[in-house]
Amino acid sequence: MDLQTVWFVAVAVLWTGFLLLEGFDFGVAALIPVLGRRTADRHLMLRTVGPLWDGNEVWLVTAVGATFGAFPIWYGSWLPALYLPFVGVLVGLIVRAVGFEWRHSSHDERWDRTWTRIITGGSLVACLGLGAALGATTLGLPIGADGVRVGGAFSGLHWPALLGAVAVLAFALVHGALFLALKTDGPLRLRARAFALRWSPVAALPLLLWAGLVQLRQGTTLTGFLWVVAALAVVLTWSQAKLDREGRAFAGWALTLVASMATVFGAAYPVVLPSTIDAAFDLTVSSASVSDYTLTLMSWVAAVGLPVVIGYQAWTYWVFRTRLTAGPQQEDAAAGTGSGAGTGS
Amino acid sequence: MDTLDIARWQFGITTVYHFLMVPLTIGLGLLVAVMHTMWVRTDKPEWLRMTRFWGRIFLINFALGVATGLVQEFQFGLAWSEYSKFVGDVFGSLLAMEALLAFFLESTFLGLWIFGWGRIPKKLHLASLWAAVIGSTVSAYFIIAANSWMQHPVGVVTDDATGRPLQVDFWAVLTNNTAIAAYTHTIVASLMVAGTLLVGIGLWHLRKRVLAGRPTTDVDHAVWRRSVRLGGFVTLAAFLLVALTGDYQGKLMYAQQPLKMSSAEALCETEAPASFSIFAFSKLGSNECDDVRSFTIPYVLSFLAHGDFSTAVPGVNELQAQYAETYGATYPDDPSFGAKAGEPIDYTPLLAVTYWGFRLMIIMGAVSAAVSAYALWSTRKGRVPTSRIGVYGTLAAVAAPFVANASGWIFTEMGRQPFVVYPNPDVPVADQVYFFTAQGVSPGITAGEVWTSLIALALVYGALAVVELGLITRFVRRGVTTGDTTPTPGIGGGPSTTDPTPDVEPEHVDDDVLQFAH
Repeated sequence: MDLQTVWFVAVAVLWTGFLLLEGFDFGVAALIPVLGRRTADRHLMLRTVGPLWDGNEVWLVTAVGATFGAFPIWYGSWLPALYLPFVGVLVGLIVRAVGFEWRHSSHDERWDRTWTRIITGGSLVACLGLGAALGATTLGLPIGADGVRVGGAFSGLHWPALLGAVAVLAFALVHGALFLALKTDGPLRLRARAFALRWSPVAALPLLLWAGLVQLRQGTTLTGFLWVVAALAVVLTWSQAKLDREGRAFAGWALTLVASMATVFGAAYPVVLPSTIDAAFDLTVSSASVSDYTLTLMSWVAAVGLPVVIGYQAWTYWVFRTRLTAGPQQEDAAAGTGSGAGTGS
Repeated sequence: MDTLDIARWQFGITTVYHFLMVPLTIGLGLLVAVMHTMWVRTDKPEWLRMTRFWGRIFLINFALGVATGLVQEFQFGLAWSEYSKFVGDVFGSLLAMEALLAFFLESTFLGLWIFGWGRIPKKLHLASLWAAVIGSTVSAYFIIAANSWMQHPVGVVTDDATGRPLQVDFWAVLTNNTAIAAYTHTIVASLMVAGTLLVGIGLWHLRKRVLAGRPTTDVDHAVWRRSVRLGGFVTLAAFLLVALTGDYQGKLMYAQQPLKMSSAEALCETEAPASFSIFAFSKLGSNECDDVRSFTIPYVLSFLAHGDFSTAVPGVNELQAQYAETYGATYPDDPSFGAKAGEPIDYTPLLAVTYWGFRLMIIMGAVSAAVSAYALWSTRKGRVPTSRIGVYGTLAAVAAPFVANASGWIFTEMGRQPFVVYPNPDVPVADQVYFFTAQGVSPGITAGEVWTSLIALALVYGALAVVELGLITRFVRRGVTTGDTTPTPGIGGGPSTTDPTPDVEPEHVDDDVLQFAH
């Protein structure tokens, strides 16, 4: 494999890792109006992602940074073509980030409810916008010969972008529900499991459609096989959720995403940004990448850095592994040192 | 305004705003880590309370720093796509490495520190804060190396096929003398921000407690006293280092970007020996150097630039002519220069901005050092100052190092105009890599789009600034709470075991173990 291919894979892994991790905290935040019936439930939901969301979001920063670092022509064509949608994503991410941290700063109920709504709204916008961006960069944007967008501010937001937006949000909702089923106990766990059971087959459809369209355009046998794996993983998710095996259902749904994104990126390769105007304007890994010197350098840094990052991040997930429940405060004071034990009433 | 101007305002506003949080994150992070270390080592209750109180302020600020930092990662591509494509071989990889090697460390371990109180072993908990703080400090190196490469591009050759720089020596990019100078200057300046905050707030609490007749022997008194003493010494030491690194940086700038420094002095004609300008008046805003009059001290500028009292310092007029001869008197008549194509190039940065930016930085730095000296003197041998002017003046001076940091960056970034990547004078002109700001803006986006984003971001940033200031003010007023007396999760939970009379009565029990995450 040449270095450009290695970095295409690396960028694909980072974007997939971002969807896999931030996907559940987007989902949990978006599900608050649906599953968080009582204040205690809403707090419990936010607490499940409290220690994790910031680390998850760094996957996005790293994915964008690696896209810039390895393929600046891709970065410099993709982002301005979807200028306003990306600005929407940024505003969503900003208000959601401060919401997570500032929500606790007052005991005023209105303050709490307002920030909770902002977290939900910001997560929805960011999730939809990033889905749109990923849909567009794998299915096509109206770019001309110089990589510059043709048409007005919203010309990039046609059906591929909308499909990506719906696919990522639908994935995130079920992913969030399965995460809640895995991380909480009590009535919320049951409601989250029921939600995942009911919606997972439907929610997988836009994701499979997106992957299928990229596959039909330029897929290989291998990516076709990956698509089948993704479809089978949906069945696995549903059947395990039906058997109340939350861990396996969560793993099945994660496999659905990983196999779908592997299909999307694998089938799109070597194109990183297809033009809907003329295939001759497509940006490819070779036309968009930096020099071999810089790719080699980044490869060494990533080869050492990425396993370490995955190692310590996995370890923090382990530290905060305990199921959370909504209960009276006194329990927490008594539990004291229990990892992740807490209250949310 | 055209797209270029709006995009520049947007970059300036979002970046300066982001950089209000950054020095506090770096400086206060280091100081909170020191406090936490002292607590683990000595087990004295005041160190724990200081860690909890200052840690809370640190986290409120950190949240907004992270949130506004996201914009930075995207906006090079969004509004400055041609710049991003041009510098991609060097600049992008530094951002990618920053994220991978620093941001993950920072965010993951900070999460562990916030939620780890009373849950993970004491030393591991302390180590996670240090890991997060090291992450912040390392991230600063990468982004400053990227910025310094724009100021002084090293380690690259021009790719004949594309005209873009090709990286050939990463080590040179990483050890760029401009980066080392800017990094050390920025880190010590960050410590001044944090140190002055400790001084201003600590002094205010000390005075309030003494006027309210509270004892000067209890733990909470020690909290504020130690805060003032620690902050005061850190600020003064950092001020010394700021001056030394700044002097080194100034000398480098004279060699690397002479126009920036001569503009900062409003030095029109070449002088030997050159005088340092104290105050400039008349038409500084016209950007015609000869319209400017200033009060000067002879010899000083030669010393600042070259370390002796006689060497000539080139003036703006001579340099402007030199640059016009080397890099062209007008922008090439090429569509990639947008509305600027074929227009004359002004190589002189905005005189008013560079001149006053430079001076404001120095004055505000000196103000924070002065109030720190006052605070140390007025708290000597256990004294507590009750002077209203002294204490409130010090509290107001908390803003000074923020202004100093912002104006320093505005000076250095505006001073490099009209280039976004400044030609490196150590390289023969034919081999130089340089890029005009006018070339950098994204060609496909409309002025309307950039206006929309500028207004949206400015509104959000404005609202968040109000909330952040309100929150910090509230927690500063509240001071140390009962929850801060024990290393338990949440600030409101758990009875006090170390001190029966904390400043603030127990609040109603917090509903959430995430309380400390404020």
